[in-house]
Parts: sequence; structure tokens; C-alpha cells
Amino acid sequence: MEQETKEQVIIPVDKAKIKHIWMVTLYLFLITAGEFAIAFTLDASPIKTVIFILMTIVKAYYIMSEFMHLGHETKGLKWSIVAPLVFVAWLIGALLIQGDAIYSAIYGV
Amino acid sequence: MAGSAVVVEEDNEKLWQGGTAPMKASYGKLMMWFFLLSDAFTFSSLLVAYGLIRYSHPAFEGDAENFVFSQEYWPIPDMVFNGFPLMHGVHWPLVFVGLMTFILIMSSVTMVLAVEAGQRNDRKAVEKWMLWTIVGGLTFLGCQAWEWTHFIVGTDGGGSLLDGSIFYGANLSMNQYGPPNFAALFFFITGFHGFHVFSGVVINFIIFYQTVVGKLEQRGHYEMVEKVGLYWHFVDLVWVFVFTFFYLI
Repeated sequence: MEQETKEQVIIPVDKAKIKHIWMVTLYLFLITAGEFAIAFTLDASPIKTVIFILMTIVKAYYIMSEFMHLGHETKGLKWSIVAPLVFVAWLIGALLIQGDAIYSAIYGV
Repeated sequence: MAGSAVVVEEDNEKLWQGGTAPMKASYGKLMMWFFLLSDAFTFSSLLVAYGLIRYSHPAFEGDAENFVFSQEYWPIPDMVFNGFPLMHGVHWPLVFVGLMTFILIMSSVTMVLAVEAGQRNDRKAVEKWMLWTIVGGLTFLGCQAWEWTHFIVGTDGGGSLLDGSIFYGANLSMNQYGPPNFAALFFFITGFHGFHVFSGVVINFIIFYQTVVGKLEQRGHYEMVEKVGLYWHFVDLVWVFVFTFFYLI
């Protein structure tokens, strides 16, 4: 009995699951390659910055949802991790406005 | 059959004492998630502080071809991070950090495969993929050591400080590339991330060791691999943001 419970049965590989992991990897590489292409073709502008940030968020989504498996957890767990990140959005807004104000105070523009 | 049913019941009781697992996650995994959330706030603060300080400095006006290092404005990252090991004096912007990104994403993938193998109780596969993950992490750390050395030593020409003297490389109070805060932020942000990678490699090694000596097999499940996997993916996740905000924009 004791022996039976401790015996490990190796479950065979689920090919579809492995394929899915490599597909997500491919997406991550394609997005990174896209970032490279944009870095060398577009001139610096607010639009370029926005494109980079959007691509970063897409990558972050794939890593969190698939690699960290958050997309397959319960709704409660998903939101208890994602919802508090709204504070970061506030921090970005607050500090960038502050940075602009410091610039104006120093350079008087 | 009866034997395995007993194991499941025991596991549940151990898990959350009351016999049920809130949000259908184990205690350890849930706490790892909340730790990572707090760590995400720390990294956000560092990166947003970078944004604030960069915003309070003038940007370089004009074409990138005419760019020279100056204390008067924030440098263009492409002009600072353009070296490559063993290639002296080349201008290859983003190539080396691109390679580092590639290495870290790959080690994240091998970690996913280790977690997948653990769920199948496949000890040999867990050992293999954990080892690849550790190799990837060490390679990344080696790249970062080179990157730091290159940054600290500086370029052949150096750059002039505000008093007109020529300075080579960087330290926490001055640097040849731009305003003093530029190098300070580089050291703090990539250093804090690098320290996370280092502790990740150490934790990965401990779990690899426990797999090899059969401790996890004896325990009956490989959940520890999932928990350290979460931490390792988080390190990769942070690098994705550091890459964008420090090197791309």
C-alpha cells in the first residue's frame, strides 16, 4: 500500500501542449523582431514610443497569460493580480507630469 | 486505486487546513503571485523614476547622425549601447541587448517545459529543462557583466564634463554619456534586475538539486518547480520592460 502511493507514473507528453508553448515562443520572437525593425526604420516620435509600449504590453500579456499560466487560473486570482496594477498607471501619470513641471521650473519653458 | 485517493485527501488538508483551496491555487503559488505583485511595484517605481528624471532633462535636438555625448541633454540609447563583445569600436545599436533578450526568453521557454515535465512526473525531463534554464540564466548574467564593464570603461574618445575635462566611462556620480543620473539609473535598474536574475539562478539550482537527489519525486509532486518557474518568468517579464524603456525609447 505504502509503496503503491509513492510510485510515480510518468504521464506521456501531450504534443498539442508542447506545440502551443512553441507557438507562444514564436509570437514573442516575432514581436521582438518587429521592435527591432521599427527601431531602425522610424524616426523618434511620440507615435514610435506608443507603438513600442503597445508591443511591450502584448509581450507581457503572453508571458503572464501563457508562461505564468495566469490566463488559465480562476477569475478571482486573475483579477487580484491584474487589478492592483492600476496603481502603476496612476504612478506613471503623476510622475511624468511632475517631471514635466521640474523641466519647466529649471529651463523656464 | 484506494491508495491514490487517500493521497489526494491528505494533500487538500495540508494545503489550506480547512480542506479547501481558495481560488483553486495552492498556498505557496498564491503567495508567490502576491510577492511578485509587490516586486512588480518596486520595478515600476524604478522605471517610472527613470521616466520622471528623463522628462526633467532636455532631449537631444537634431539628427541622430550628429549626436555627440553631452552633459546638457539626455543621451540617445542607440548611441550609448552599441558595442558587441570582441568587436572593438563598432556601431551596432541594440544588437547585444537583442541577444540578451533572446537568451532570457529562451530560458523562460525551457522553464515552461520543466514545469510541464513536472506536471507529468517526468523526473528526467525536469532535470534536463531545469539545467538548460540555469545555463540560460548564467549566460545572461555573463552578458550583463560584459555590458557593465563596457559601460564603466567607456569609449576611446570619452566625453567632456561640464568643466570641460574629458571623462571616460561611468560611475555613480559622473559619466561620459550624459547627465549624472543617466548612469546612476542604468546601474540601479539593470543592477536590480541582474540581482533578481542571480537569485533566480540560485533558486533554480536548489530546485534542480532537489530534483536530482529525488526529493521532489519522494514528495509526490513537482509544485516547487511551478513556484520557482513563476519567479523566473517574472524576471523575464521585467526584462521585457527594461528593454523597452531603457534601450528602445
